[in-house]
Amino acid sequence: MRPLAVTEHTLVTALGAGRAATLAALRAQRSGLGPARFLDVELPTWVGEVTGLDEVALPAPLQVFDCRNNRLAWLALQQDGFADAVRAARVRWGAQRIAVLLGTSTAGLLETELGYRRRGPGGELPAEVRYEERQNTYSLGALVRRAFDLRGPAWVVSTACSSSAKVYASAARLIEHGLVDAALVGGVDSLCLTTLYGFNALELLSPEVCRPWDAERRGLSIGEGAAFALLERDAASAHGWLLGTGESNDGYHMSTPHPEGAGAIAAMRAALAGASLEPHQIGYVNLHGTATPSNDAAEDRAVRAVFGAATPCSSTKGATGHTLGAAGGVEASICLLALGDGLLPAGLNLRTPDPALRVDYVGENRRAPLRAALSNSFGFGGTNASLVLGAPR
Amino acid sequence: MSGLRADVRGVGLLGPGLASFAAARPVLRGDVPHAWTAAAPPAPSRLPPAERRRAGPSIRLAMAVADEAVAAADIDPSRLATVFSSSGGEGSNCHALCETLASPAPLLSPTRFTNSVHNAPAGYWHIAVASQAASTSLSAYDGSFGAGLIEAMTQIEANGAPVLLVASDVPYPEPLHRLRPLPDACGIALLLAPAAGAPRLGCLSIELVEAHVSGPATTCADPGLEALRRQVPAAAGLPLLQALARGIACEVVLDYLPALQLRIDLRPGGPMP
Repeated sequence: MRPLAVTEHTLVTALGAGRAATLAALRAQRSGLGPARFLDVELPTWVGEVTGLDEVALPAPLQVFDCRNNRLAWLALQQDGFADAVRAARVRWGAQRIAVLLGTSTAGLLETELGYRRRGPGGELPAEVRYEERQNTYSLGALVRRAFDLRGPAWVVSTACSSSAKVYASAARLIEHGLVDAALVGGVDSLCLTTLYGFNALELLSPEVCRPWDAERRGLSIGEGAAFALLERDAASAHGWLLGTGESNDGYHMSTPHPEGAGAIAAMRAALAGASLEPHQIGYVNLHGTATPSNDAAEDRAVRAVFGAATPCSSTKGATGHTLGAAGGVEASICLLALGDGLLPAGLNLRTPDPALRVDYVGENRRAPLRAALSNSFGFGGTNASLVLGAPR
Repeated sequence: MSGLRADVRGVGLLGPGLASFAAARPVLRGDVPHAWTAAAPPAPSRLPPAERRRAGPSIRLAMAVADEAVAAADIDPSRLATVFSSSGGEGSNCHALCETLASPAPLLSPTRFTNSVHNAPAGYWHIAVASQAASTSLSAYDGSFGAGLIEAMTQIEANGAPVLLVASDVPYPEPLHRLRPLPDACGIALLLAPAAGAPRLGCLSIELVEAHVSGPATTCADPGLEALRRQVPAAAGLPLLQALARGIACEVVLDYLPALQLRIDLRPGGPMP
């Protein structure tokens, strides 16, 4: 594919709001995870909660969208001059020539979950529960499209934990085939009861902080996050470049990855082919790395099948938690930070590396000039997406 | 803007009073009035027994229309990329989860949680046909059909390979039904392939147009079909299916997002089998 300029990007996770706070935390190898104290949830698990969302206020015309997920989106849109960059792109290309393609798994479901606790005598939900602008999967896309008065095509991809990686692929296709000249991509997912109690029901939550690639890893830590990037057909300067995308499906099981990582291998190879790069030209792989025993084992095999065992890899979910539908976007942003800074961010919380996992896992921060990085995102339903991102030229 | 083109090689349909695309042709052509009888998606025979037991209404509906489109196109589904479009996923499953989560120390069913992902129908389909081809699942609220069509058509342009588009919606029970009153389930599947000059059912050329340029969306003359088109997001594609059933060259305009529409030029295929 023809490389696309990432002219602006930003993110908010438990590590902080914006690129500078995120990069500082990565450089300091600081985790944003802590024991769960979310609402009245009594689960022995750790989460990556974004602080301060209660104070975020949407502007009056967008109040109808007010919910935790959209507040998190709004907070991220205010970081790093992202909103100004979108307005500039709107002037450059025209409102109808910019797509809005975002990912989420649960959108504003939390407010509906809480509304079910306060149903009226006839079983009705309280007025705060709004379907179209809060609960519905597309609410995130509608908010962003309306906030910037964008008039191009828009949708929200919801393929569980690969959602916001896959929107990069959709955006590349829309730009390639001339439907638009730019796309606002990314994803937002916020803590809610369905995911916390759901992953608990599947016995996939770690009772301690998640430990990707550790011999004693016991599951994931859920995080929340928002990440946005602006992709443009061309640009004089950019924070980095989208070089390739790859998508596949396992066709194997709804909630367990293919043991040999067959679908993951296909996604990585497709992304490399799209980027016209050989595996040795990738300086860093940001792993999906959820810290469930089965994910890390399957992904280790898949990455070695594509890259061998010499390419440095890490999972940053020990820092951010697993931000689910936002993870692809968050980790694309982290790759762009790594590429710009020459930082190979450590996978945190590693005590005893699992001897069965044999990629070059980065346990302490390293420094190296980076030209290209690959990010993996895999999800329930066997969905896989890989992105290849390039350094600023 | 250059249009996106694709051949229609198979169609699937299931909705109230619409048992399949094949069975509904007289209604779609306007020869027989539409009669509203509840949609009844069958249990998906393609799935292994364990997954078949776990398949809820949204999965059954999506698989039924996908099956019809694939069978009509006589294509191997194990290498077929898919786009699943739904406004809101499975309403009854969402309701059951929310009820459980409203209780103290809730214990969720692992199957209900797994089935709650928007891409559950896609996941079950790819298991059923053992396909590792790419798949995406998306929503654009009432514009979900149009969004899925654009994603499918751009994938065909990008990869030069067929894509199965499945647009489907199932209703919510109360109390969510009051907030999102979908009257019944409806699904449409299109097996789309790179334009090759000899389309089975027709050749589509689509482009995005601003609503003030293209005028009002194409409606269904039959009041029953028109009610369905207006009330169920997936049924937004019914005017296109009517045109395919009639086998005539025509222009169909579909509402997509506020102030944005899809203009579809349909060129009919050969004589119907």
